[in-house]
Amino acid sequence: MSDTRTISLTLNGAAKTAETDVRVNLADFLRHSLEATGTHVGCEHGVCGACTVIVDGQPVRACLMLAVQADGSTVETVEGLATDGALSDLQAAFSRHHGLQCGFCTPGMLMTLHAFLKEVPNPSETEVREAISGNICRCTGYQGIVAAALDVAASRKGA
Amino acid sequence: MKAAAFHYHDPRTREDLMGLLGRLDDLKLLAGGQSLMPMMNFRIVAPTHLVDLNRVDGLGGISRQGAEVRFGALTRQREVKASEIVANDLPILTEALDHVGHVQTRSRGTIGGSCCHLDPSAEIPAIAALYDAIFEIGGPDGTREVGYADWHLGMLTSALDEREVLEGIRFKPWQPADAGHGWGFYEYARRHGDFAIAGAGCLVDISDQGTIERIATVVMGVDAVPVRLREAEAALVGARPDRTAIAALVEAARSIDAMTDPQVSATYRRRLAGVVTERAVLAAFQRSGITQ
Repeated sequence: MSDTRTISLTLNGAAKTAETDVRVNLADFLRHSLEATGTHVGCEHGVCGACTVIVDGQPVRACLMLAVQADGSTVETVEGLATDGALSDLQAAFSRHHGLQCGFCTPGMLMTLHAFLKEVPNPSETEVREAISGNICRCTGYQGIVAAALDVAASRKGA
Repeated sequence: MKAAAFHYHDPRTREDLMGLLGRLDDLKLLAGGQSLMPMMNFRIVAPTHLVDLNRVDGLGGISRQGAEVRFGALTRQREVKASEIVANDLPILTEALDHVGHVQTRSRGTIGGSCCHLDPSAEIPAIAALYDAIFEIGGPDGTREVGYADWHLGMLTSALDEREVLEGIRFKPWQPADAGHGWGFYEYARRHGDFAIAGAGCLVDISDQGTIERIATVVMGVDAVPVRLREAEAALVGARPDRTAIAALVEAARSIDAMTDPQVSATYRRRLAGVVTERAVLAAFQRSGITQ
C-alpha cells in the first residue's frame, strides 16, 4: 500500500511540484521533497509548535497536516522571512534580544509571531505570551522572545 | 513517529462521500486532524482508508436557522471564535474556544471533529451538552438527527456508525444577553491550552421577578463524558440566584464519580469540580445582571 500523489503548491512565492506518499505530513514534505529544511520537526503530535508554518494565511502545525492536503495552497516558511539575505525586523529582534539559544524552536516561534503581529499589530505582553503558548522553548525562558515581539510591534508603529 | 500507510480519498461532493462510506471498509474520516493526526502519527490508529472531508463542498459555515444557530461540521474553530453570530447568540462558546488548544490548532481544528473525537476534557462537546445540541448525521442510507444525550455514548465514543458522517450541529440560544441571560465558563489546566483537568459551564435565564427561570450546568474532565447536573438544575427553578443556589450545584459537582490517573487523583478532581463549578455559576449569575 503506497499511494502517491503529485503535489503542487506555492512555497514562499515560488511554484513547487513534487511527488510524495500520501501518508507524508507537510513538515516532512517541505524538508525532504522540497529541501526546505528551515521548518523543524519536534514532537510530531502537535504539542511543541516547532513545525509551525503558514498555510493560506493561517498558522498551522505542519506535522498535523498531510502534504496532500496542502495541494494548491500557499505556504510560508521561515525561509521566506529574510529578503536578499537581510534578516526581517522580527528575526533581527530575536537576535538582539537573545530570543534564541539552540534555535530548534525558532522557526516555529518566528512563523507564529509573524502571523500574530499581522493580525494584532499592537499587542500587550499578555497577548504575546498567549500567542506563543502553543510553542515550546526550553532555552530562553521566553523573556527574550516576548521582548523581541514587543520591540518589533513598537518599532513598526513608530515607522 | 510517522503515520502508517493508508489509501487516501478526497471526495469533492456529498454524493461522492456517501459513495465511499457505502463502499469502503476500515475507514477513518479526517476533519481538522488535530486529534486524529497525532493518533495516526503514534500509530494508535492505522486505518486502511483515510477519507478526507476537507474538500467536500458544503460541509462548513455558520448560519441562523429559525430559532437555532447551525454549524457545518467542518467549520474551523478559528471561524467559530471569530463569528459575530456566535458572540451574540452563544457567547459562552466564544469564551470556551479560548481554551481549545492554540491558535495553530484552531486554524485547522473543526467544531464537528471535536464533537466526534469526544475527549473527556474537550470544551466544545461540554458546551454542546449545555445547550442539548442537535447532531445531524448523514450516511448512504439517509439522514437522522440525535440530541446530545443520545450522541455522546461514552469515552471517545459518539453515536456515529462506521458508515456515517456528522454533517452539522445545531444550538438553540437562550434568552438574549439583555433579557436576564447569564453565562459563565471556567476551567483549570496546568498550562494555557493544555487539556483541562476540570472545567465547568453554566447558562441561566433570570425572570423579571429575579428568580431562576431556567439553568444548565455542565462539568467536564471529571468523568469520561461531560456531566450535566440535571437534578440540581431542576431543583433550582424558581429559586433565587444566590449563594445557596451555588452551593447546591457545587455539592452536585463534588458528588460526580470522578476519574483517577497517576497525575490527578479522583479526590483532587472532585474538589476541583466544586471550585470550577462555583466560579462558572457565579459568573453566570453576575452576568445575568442580578446581584445578591
